[in-house]
Parts: sequence; C-alpha cells; structure tokens
Amino acid sequence: MNLTNLFKIAIRALVRNKLRAFLTMLGIIIGVASVIAMLAIGEGSKKSIQDQMSSMGTNLIMVMPNMQRRGGVSLGASSSMALKYSDVTAIRNEAASIAAVSPAVNANGQVIYGNQNTQTSIYGVSEEYLDIRKLEIQSGRIFNSNEVRSMSKVCILGQTVVDNLFGKGADPVGISIRIKNLPFEIIGVLKDKGESGMGQDQDDLILAPYTTVQRRLAAVDYINGIYASAVSEEKSASAITEVEEILRRTHKIKESEEDDFRIMSQSELLETVSSITNIMKYLLGAIAGISLLVGGIGIMNIMFVSVTERTREIGLRMSIGGRGKDILRQFLVESMLLSLLGGAVGIIFGYLIAKGAGTLMNMPPVVTSQSIVLAFAVCFIIGVFFGWYPAKKASNLSPIDALRYE
Amino acid sequence: MKNIIIEINGLRKDYHIGEVTVHALRGVDLKIEEGEFVAIMGVSGSGKSTMLNILGCLDKPTHGNYMLDSVNINTLDKDATAKLRNKKLGFVFQAYNLLPRTTALENVELPLFYNSKVGSRERKERAVNALEAVGLADRMHHMPNQLSGGQQQRVAIARSLVNDPVLILADEPTGNLDTRTSFEIMELFQDLNEKGRTIVYVTHESDIAKFATRNVIFRDGKIQRENVVSERLNAREILKTLPVENIEEFDA
Repeated sequence: MNLTNLFKIAIRALVRNKLRAFLTMLGIIIGVASVIAMLAIGEGSKKSIQDQMSSMGTNLIMVMPNMQRRGGVSLGASSSMALKYSDVTAIRNEAASIAAVSPAVNANGQVIYGNQNTQTSIYGVSEEYLDIRKLEIQSGRIFNSNEVRSMSKVCILGQTVVDNLFGKGADPVGISIRIKNLPFEIIGVLKDKGESGMGQDQDDLILAPYTTVQRRLAAVDYINGIYASAVSEEKSASAITEVEEILRRTHKIKESEEDDFRIMSQSELLETVSSITNIMKYLLGAIAGISLLVGGIGIMNIMFVSVTERTREIGLRMSIGGRGKDILRQFLVESMLLSLLGGAVGIIFGYLIAKGAGTLMNMPPVVTSQSIVLAFAVCFIIGVFFGWYPAKKASNLSPIDALRYE
Repeated sequence: MKNIIIEINGLRKDYHIGEVTVHALRGVDLKIEEGEFVAIMGVSGSGKSTMLNILGCLDKPTHGNYMLDSVNINTLDKDATAKLRNKKLGFVFQAYNLLPRTTALENVELPLFYNSKVGSRERKERAVNALEAVGLADRMHHMPNQLSGGQQQRVAIARSLVNDPVLILADEPTGNLDTRTSFEIMELFQDLNEKGRTIVYVTHESDIAKFATRNVIFRDGKIQRENVVSERLNAREILKTLPVENIEEFDA
C-alpha cells in the first residue's frame, strides 16, 4: 500500500470517530499547549528581568564590607567599617580596567518641605555615581567637585521624593528642603527609573555629596560601599580581580585570611538571576511535559480500545489482502496523525495562552521556534512510541480469529 | 478444457490444543473448475469451516497440496499469501463485515487500497461498476446502517467482485437473512455464475445448496459425498412464485 492510501485510510478511520479522536487529541492539546505556554512565560520573564537589570548598567561593580565575625558571632554586613575613602582613591589611581568609581555613604532620615515630609534614603556619593548607575538628570545639574570638597549642603532628588514633597510634575530645583533638620538646596532632579527587577522603587532616594552625608548626616568616617564601572563589559572580570588585589593590599590582609569585603558585579547578578529563572522555566516545562506524557498514554489507551473494537475490521482487511505491515502502518499513522494534529492545535492554544498571560503579567511572552520544534518532535515520538504496541498487537492478529471475534 | 481453479490433494489439517491433537481435515481431494458453482455442506465440526479457511488462504494445510489458479500455496510466505488473496480471491461473510460509518462505495473500494497498482480514479470507477453489477448503484453513498441486510450483503458481494477475482468464497452468505432475501442473494450469485464467476459457498441449509451446480458434503474431516445437483433450483423462478410483501399494508 502506498503512503497516500495509508493516509486516506487513517483519515477515514479518524473521521468515522470524530468525537473520540477529538477527546484523545485533547490530552495532547493540553500537554503541548501547557509546554509552549510555560516555556514562553518562563522565557519571557527571564528576558524582562534581564532587560531591567542590564538597564542598571552591565559594567557595574559593587564593593560591600563583608560580614565580620567576632568569636563566631556575626555582626552583620552593615556594621562593618572596613571600607574607607582611601580605598576609593586607591582603586581610582591603580585599577586600569575601572572607568569610574564612587564611594557610597548611606543615611536614612526624614525630609521636610513646608508641611510635607517623607522618609527616604540619602546616598552620599561622588559626581561620578550618576554615570556608574546610568542615572540621568531631568532638570538642574549634578554637584561639582568643589561642592564635594566643601561639604556643600546640596542634593539631587529622585522622582518619588519629588512626588511626595511637591506633588506630581513639580520642578523643585532651587528650593531648599530640610534633611534631618539641616537645610539642603535642591540642585537637580533625577529622571524616572521605575521599579527594579526585584520590585524595589529606584526613585525613592536623595543623592548628596558623600562628604556632606559622611560628616553632617551620618557622622561616620567610613563608607558603606564602593560603586565602580568597568571600562567595558568584557573587562568586568579583570576589573574585579584588580579591585580585589588593591583592597587586599590596602587592607593588609594576609594570604591565609579571608577578604573583609565582598565584590559583586551586575553580570554576576545577571547570571544568578538567569540561572534561577532557567530553573523555573525547566521546572514549569517539566510539569507541562508530564501532562504531555499523560496525553500520550491516553493515545495508547484509545489505540488499544480501537484495536480491540475493530478486530473484525482488521480480520476483514487481512482477508482482502492487507498484510501485517499494512495493518501496523495503518494504526501507526492513525496514532501519529492524532498526536501531530493535537500538537498543532496545542501549539496554537499555547501561543494564545502565553499571549493572554503576557498581557496579564505585563511582559512579552517569548515563544521560541525551539519550543515549537521540540513540541512537534515530542508529539511525533509519542505518536510512534505509544502507537507502536497497539499497532503491533493488531498486525499480529490471525485473520481467522479476528474475523470470528465477537 | 476449462481452467482448474482449485486442486487439492491429500489435504490434512491438525490443530494442537494443549496436549490434544484435533484432526480437522483427514485427507481431502477436491478439484473445482472455472465457472463452477459449488456448495460445501456439512454439520458443524465436519471440517467445512476449516476447509473454507484453507481455500481462502487464511490458513495453511498441515499436509497435502493446495493449488489455487496454478499457484502452490505451500510455497508462499505470509505477505505473498496476503497479496494472493488480494489478487485472486473475493470473500463474502455471513455477517457482511462492512466498515461502519463508511459509505457503500468506500467499502467496495477497500480491497483496491491494498493494490498499489490501482490509482484513485480507477479504484472509484471499478467500485461503481461493481455496485452496478449488484444493482445498488443508487445506494452508493449510503452508510451500512442505512441499508437493509440484503443490501448490505450485496455491498459485500460488490466488494468481493471489485478486484476481479478468480474465485469468490462465501461463508454462509444467507445465514443472517430471511427466506426471500436469501433467494435474492442466491439469484445474484446465479447471475454472476452465469457470467463466468467461479463461486464456492458454505451452507448448512440443504435448500440453499440446491442453487449450486455441485454439492460437496463433509463429514468427520473428509468428503463424504460429492454430487452434481440434479434438480437445480432457479432463484429467479422461485422469487416469482413467492408473494411480494406489500409494505404499504403496514402503513395502513
């Protein structure tokens, strides 16, 4: 029997049992749709997190004091006073792969303007900080090195702080506000940056010269962290090694001792996040794959029922000249048609589900051609694998017994 | 000299059911020429069903030779036997064995699907011709459940004709039909026989056997008796004498 006849016979058999064929396909449809949708949502969320993180600057390197232990008791990372401004100078002067570097001194406190007040974080930084964090000025200006040196009481506000103190859309440049009861002049406003990948408001902050924050607001002599940017993304790894070497030397850390600081880079963070979202994606995919397997077993089940129910038909086909392999092929083609057709419908459904979920979750789903090929391949394998045994059983029937079957 | 369609010599068939060996056929010699119309008779257990299975190449003899249209069946493997059935044989069953939810035309086309030399146009043409030959050209697109028992058996006969076989084998073709319809089927068989078809059928009703030209009676796995039918019945003549059931009477 040639292939066209084989397909015609299989299609006729399926058309004869439309409802049953559809119900059998439903298992595959749901399986494939969930695989496609889950992979698309997983891939989409991974991509949107990556996009947001790289908008923060992929060259970014952060140095934080490491947790210190005294007799086994952790004092917490922020309690450390390991970093000094001299470290910033050392990095600036010595590290070749570093383009810009800024200290960061953190303070929290109440900010007052007129009868409005708000609680926010005040970051003491150098003028390079905006470049490093890819922050942009919407109006006004950045503080200059003179203002840094002279501990000027000037500040730059984030959008959320502006909204809280002055209302939406206001331009408060030139106005004086009180931070922790000290008067500061607003010299600039930052552009809106939105939420970070972790759901943190990146606009709820005030920037001021690190000297001002260190002496006047926090009254400390150490710094809380160092932000630096590598000259390029490729140089980011060597920049990290350079910073580590410099800091170990300036901190006089012996060979055997651990670092008293911690270096994090954006690309490293990106990798961590990617690996987490990848795990999530594969987990979702695996769960969906199980439903695909269940769908395949459904096909096998129905094919068995079909073979038993059509025993007399098989006997007849054999008596009019059907060979064992014709019968085998007929049932194989039937099960493959079922699963491939189910797969095609499933891909369409999966795509629609991914689209719907994407609009709900506010991120574009990414249906990769890879997942479509995968789904089709899996359907083909399911069709052959789960169709084989019932088909083999059918082809091994004796025509006499099959014709006599009641 | 007419062609010899079937030539059987010293044919035996043993079945092994566990330890017990059943001798279903114990030495059968049979010769059927082209154009013959043979009825095989016998009580159940006489070996006539086994004989029909072997004649239909669905089963192989344990001993002895079976030549179908000059082909020795013993030399063929499974696939070759299937091919031989497709080319040389037509089957008619007691229970019709039509595919459900499949039109009469598609049912008749079925054997030609297994013959790769027949294209789709020729397949349809031959199926239509076969249906015309059994007088069902107007029921071509009906499903089996829209046809009466006699009509279903006619479709089955058309299916057995479509591959232009050398031999038509029928297993109790009238077993599921009432008397009148049985005679109608026999009329069709007699028609086909007159046109040169070789037909062998199994029956246990002696009056149905009288439509054949020759009767072969089996008993205990052997041919007990063979005889040419002396007072052969003509189905067409008998049908004329039967009262025609007036269906309209039931409506009144």
